Amino acid sequence: MKVLRIAGLFAVLLVAAPSRAEDAHGCAVPAYLLATESTLPKVADAIKTRKRLDILVAGSGSSALPGSDGASMSYPSRLEAALREALAGVTVNVRTELRPKKTAAEAAEGFGQMMDKLPPDQKPDLVIWQTGTVDAIRSVDPDDFRAALDTGVEALQKAGSEVLLINLQYNPRMETMLSVGPYNDTIRVVAQQHEVPMFDRFSIMRHWSDAGDFDLFGSVHGYGMAKRVHDCIGRALSAMVVEASRINPAELRIQR
Amino acid sequence: MTFVTTDQAVVTAPATKAAALPVAAGERELRLDLFRGMALWLIFIDHLPPNILTWFTIRNYGFSDATEIFIFISGYTAAFVYSRAMLDRGFVVASARIFKRVWQIYVAHVFLFTIYLAEISYIATKFDNPLYAEEMGILDSLKQPDVTIVQALLLKFRPVNMDVLPLYIVLMIFLPLIIWLMQRKADLALALSVLLYAITWEFDLALPAYPNGTWFFNPFAWQLLFVFGAWCALGGAKRMDRILSSDITLWLCIAYLVFAFCVTLTWHVPRLNIFMPRWLESWMYPINKTDLDVLRFVHFLALAAITVRFIPANWPGLNSLWLRPVIRCGQHSLEIFCLGVFLAFAGHFVLAEVSGGAWMHFLVSVAGIVIMSAAASLFSWYKSETSKNDKRAKAAESDADLAGGGS
Repeated sequence: MKVLRIAGLFAVLLVAAPSRAEDAHGCAVPAYLLATESTLPKVADAIKTRKRLDILVAGSGSSALPGSDGASMSYPSRLEAALREALAGVTVNVRTELRPKKTAAEAAEGFGQMMDKLPPDQKPDLVIWQTGTVDAIRSVDPDDFRAALDTGVEALQKAGSEVLLINLQYNPRMETMLSVGPYNDTIRVVAQQHEVPMFDRFSIMRHWSDAGDFDLFGSVHGYGMAKRVHDCIGRALSAMVVEASRINPAELRIQR
Repeated sequence: MTFVTTDQAVVTAPATKAAALPVAAGERELRLDLFRGMALWLIFIDHLPPNILTWFTIRNYGFSDATEIFIFISGYTAAFVYSRAMLDRGFVVASARIFKRVWQIYVAHVFLFTIYLAEISYIATKFDNPLYAEEMGILDSLKQPDVTIVQALLLKFRPVNMDVLPLYIVLMIFLPLIIWLMQRKADLALALSVLLYAITWEFDLALPAYPNGTWFFNPFAWQLLFVFGAWCALGGAKRMDRILSSDITLWLCIAYLVFAFCVTLTWHVPRLNIFMPRWLESWMYPINKTDLDVLRFVHFLALAAITVRFIPANWPGLNSLWLRPVIRCGQHSLEIFCLGVFLAFAGHFVLAEVSGGAWMHFLVSVAGIVIMSAAASLFSWYKSETSKNDKRAKAAESDADLAGGGS
């Protein structure tokens, strides 16, 4: 299973000329990293018929940035901006529900309550669940991690939302300390089994690092780079949501 | 000695149970050294960030990886060497020698842990990137050094890439019993091992780890490879000769290896995943490394069977100069293993501090292998020098005894 970790690299080596999605921002993502077999029909329906898309990001610490403008610069806000840009005429709302320092099991436990608490008109069409980092830090048993993911995904689906999973960050500097492989593998497997899309944040960030877009190795990097990385993650995530809902944004414009 | 070389003569078999060894008298099983050396190189490469050399490691082409090879060969050589000691000197002396080795492995583990501590302490003081604020939580262990260090000494806290030696220590502790039983009822010992493996899977036996979870390599499961290695060393391999040389076995192995290759291909090229039947996925995944999944074990067996068939013990290539560095590494496996873990740490450090380009990755990998080989040659030289001296010293001692003096 550990082998999956380098799946991305293999593809980078073989898929020589990936289509460039976001050239203008200096953080292109090859198409294969955004492709997904699992679809988001409810999201597509919300976009096409309701013209309104509600997304909830349930994540841990790496879904946020510190600082006074951290909330507006972190990827959930950037996702909202990118989706509004892409989906003309659709009202897009992205809210966050972050639980820093919580494992997947701890987050999943609260999902039922979190969804019940929301007023009916704010029920998200899509919950983006970013998890795994705290589990890796505490070296939670991968089997337990898997069970927690199952519980969480099922709870969210039961509450009527579609789910998209986000895996861990690529962190070359701490590769010798933090074992991310088993957790990313588990997230991939669970996503496949529940047929929910997975945003491969790890491989995408590694691609940026390999391509020289960002120097993720460096020990001291100001807030600027973190903001740019989150901006790029938001854009790539937006592209994946559009991809997984199988809608053609151009059609939205024509209809208008 | 697990890590000892196998240049011993045949065991004088006990009268009751013929422990026929597959190696002829005075001959050294270079194949074991070769493949163990190769496993050490692969483990080193797998511990580094992915680079071009990563594509030469076997885990990309099937289920099992270098760890299986390493544990199996270590079981084989350990049983081979210490069973001889047990026959020559008795159970107590052989056990004492085994425990001395266990102590050496333990000290090696603690040494590596010290290096790890130095590294994360450095990161904790120098590294500050808002992007990774959450990941820095791992450094919380530094806030309680007393707990962390004690847990490490108890083998419960094991940082990344430091899982193999603790597994080893546990396996070696039980080696005296394994050999004792193996010399009397080899098949019973193997059967018990399989039983323990089955019980482990049935009841989820595991050793607890710190701060939580279980040992990454579950000794209750991985003992199967070690004991199987020992069983092969003490006559099993000889008895399996007919099975190993049959064409049916060969084709079964090839079929399985091709199947495993196809499955791994779907991991590397996600697009191919559509060819994977759902039922197969749900039956097969996750392929559990912690508990030595049966798929992994069988994959190793298939690899081993094919290797043994096509590379005979007297293969002339074993004496070639080109393979000497690998073989040397295999002959000093404890030292080279530790060096490999250290070099992986150092390699990460160089990549982080100096530069992280693809060429640098490649260079670091190659440099590491060269250093490992050079160190192994040095150890070989030193060993041959000291053994010469030993003979001289012994001669001197007996002279002294004769002369009525002493030392």
